[in-house]
Amino acid sequence: MKTIIKPKKGLSSLDFKELWSYRELFYFFAWRDIKLRYKQTILGIVWAILQPFLTMVVFTVIFGRLADMPSDNIPYPIFVYAGLLLWNIFSSSLNHISQSIIRNAAIIQKVYLPRVILPAASMIVSFVDFLFAGFIFIGIMIFYKFMPNFTGLLLLPLLFIIIILISLGLGWFLAAFNVKYRDIHYALPFFIQLLIFITPVIYPISIVPKAYQWVLALNPMTGVIESFKAGFLGTMPINWSSLAISAGVSIVFFIFGLAYFLKAEKTFADVL
Amino acid sequence: MSIIKINNLSKCYRIGAQEEGYSTIREAIMKGITAPFRNFAKLQKLTKFKNNQEEEDMIWALKDISLEVEKGEVLGIIGRNGSGKTTLLKILSSITSPTKGLAELHGRVSSLLEVGTGFHPELTGRENIFLNGAILGMKKKEIKKSFDDIVAFSEIGKFIDTPVKRYSNGMWVRLAFAVAAYLQPEILLIDEVLAVGDIAFQKKCLGRTKEAAKGGRTVLFVSHNMGAVRSLCQKAIWLDKGQIIKKGEVNEVVRDYERVQMNEVNQSSSFNKRDLKDIKNSNFYISSVEMINSRGEKTTLFRYNDKINLIVNFNGVLQADRYSLEFHIYNELGQLVSQGISGFYHGKYFSNETKNASIEIGPLALTSGKYRILLKVMTRTAQADIWENAIGFDIIECQPFATSWEMSTLREGTCVIQHSFKELKKDN
Repeated sequence: MKTIIKPKKGLSSLDFKELWSYRELFYFFAWRDIKLRYKQTILGIVWAILQPFLTMVVFTVIFGRLADMPSDNIPYPIFVYAGLLLWNIFSSSLNHISQSIIRNAAIIQKVYLPRVILPAASMIVSFVDFLFAGFIFIGIMIFYKFMPNFTGLLLLPLLFIIIILISLGLGWFLAAFNVKYRDIHYALPFFIQLLIFITPVIYPISIVPKAYQWVLALNPMTGVIESFKAGFLGTMPINWSSLAISAGVSIVFFIFGLAYFLKAEKTFADVL
Repeated sequence: MSIIKINNLSKCYRIGAQEEGYSTIREAIMKGITAPFRNFAKLQKLTKFKNNQEEEDMIWALKDISLEVEKGEVLGIIGRNGSGKTTLLKILSSITSPTKGLAELHGRVSSLLEVGTGFHPELTGRENIFLNGAILGMKKKEIKKSFDDIVAFSEIGKFIDTPVKRYSNGMWVRLAFAVAAYLQPEILLIDEVLAVGDIAFQKKCLGRTKEAAKGGRTVLFVSHNMGAVRSLCQKAIWLDKGQIIKKGEVNEVVRDYERVQMNEVNQSSSFNKRDLKDIKNSNFYISSVEMINSRGEKTTLFRYNDKINLIVNFNGVLQADRYSLEFHIYNELGQLVSQGISGFYHGKYFSNETKNASIEIGPLALTSGKYRILLKVMTRTAQADIWENAIGFDIIECQPFATSWEMSTLREGTCVIQHSFKELKKDN
């Protein structure tokens, strides 16, 4: 084995062979995050369920009852919970990923490892949360005697891929940016809070005037959440062009985020 | 064959620019408004370097280092804090990249810049062995194979399934070391990690490192412990301000290094402020030290049997919850006379909030001569800061016995041991 060390200029290239040899470490990091997620809490894993459930209850009372928000003719709790399920993967991934480099600063300064795997490993825990929150979804549907369209589940792998691409793309960028400019820590929660309002989670896209719908479509989570509701809840036919825009935007995010991360990565140990 | 080949390696850092104060309200407001722009420019500059252009806030941590290390060699790297030792190891282990130059390493590289990297307090000993092993580059299979040996080496026994936050300091360090001891690289880079264990365990680890070297492993060993360097290494290099001052046979290099150390202290100053260039790698550091005698006067002049009071001030943010403070006293021959460690000797740890501490040293059973004091801050896992030439003092008078015979270091040794002479009556 021979290692050549020289100044790094521009983008550091991705060494796929090296990434593959670090797959066990990726697994260990993901396992550590899952293991530690709810340590030293009273309710433990219940939090993974409580969070989306209570959000759903609050949204149902405020938007469903008080504001009488239309929900494509299905019970509002089901409508909003379906959106929250996917939204939460995205928002919690983004939170974890953007902090992943700072939180592992001690490791980055003391040991070499391909840094791209740290953000990637930190989002696995969001999918575990999704699984638990998903069980509650089944309960809610049974409670309302709602029969979903099971073939819509076939869409899920594609939607997951899009969510992973956006979260990683955006997350890589934020994680690297956060190393030098710690403003992200304050800006991101606020940004995510606002972003949910330009994503059709609490309202159906049908209430947005046609002329402005393209603005929402630029937010890649729009296509993802609309397609899930359309496919699984059967609220309307799937809007394939909107989904295609989401996929396209997410690929752009992914490439840009990765490129930024690889460029910034070489100075992490010096700046942290 | 050279297993490591280093050619004109250089590394440039930018030190964070100092904040300027402001004097008027108008100025303060203006500065407040323009702060985001200035901050942005400053932060951006941290990683941007114009080609070959010297700027005032740039520091060459390494400058044109060239070196070849043979297979199976154990090379000691010595030098003051901030001389570039750690930077060299960080570059060789790919943690950071050089600004200029080239290095070639033939073989699997492991670096031990700290023990227990990635240890998580909530995880059990068993879980941390796997996590830490993986972080250090071991495969899961390798860890499983060595697992029982690691546990045995660490002497943790039945506590292996207890979260490590319940471990004592010693247990924690032993476990961390045990994992590192079973690394099987061809090239091992070690940075001042032996200093964290207790003495008995340090010896065990030194033994293991020696064994590894015998097995044909190439080791680069950074340490302030000249005894360890002497006993482990055949060759050594002495770095100062990023350049190699001397390389060669270990005893020669160490001897020259220790000689120069003695002349570096300003012997007459009872208050020393830290040179900020010295501390660019430390988040938490000793900012100043003051020497006071038992009457509360600032001085560096003492007599035999006097007491020294050192007031030590700290700055920065510690990356751990508590620390141990240490001092070493060297005589004018560069020999270690004695040392004190708050943690291991007294079980005394300072919380990370503690920014001022005092050390009472004495009564000084020392002969007249010049002495210097080294100060060190250790966390559980690593050295947080070291100040080699913190302060010096003179013993100006040493007449410990009945006559006014003056005892001095150069003539009669460093320490005064009380003794008495008696004639024995002959039994008739």
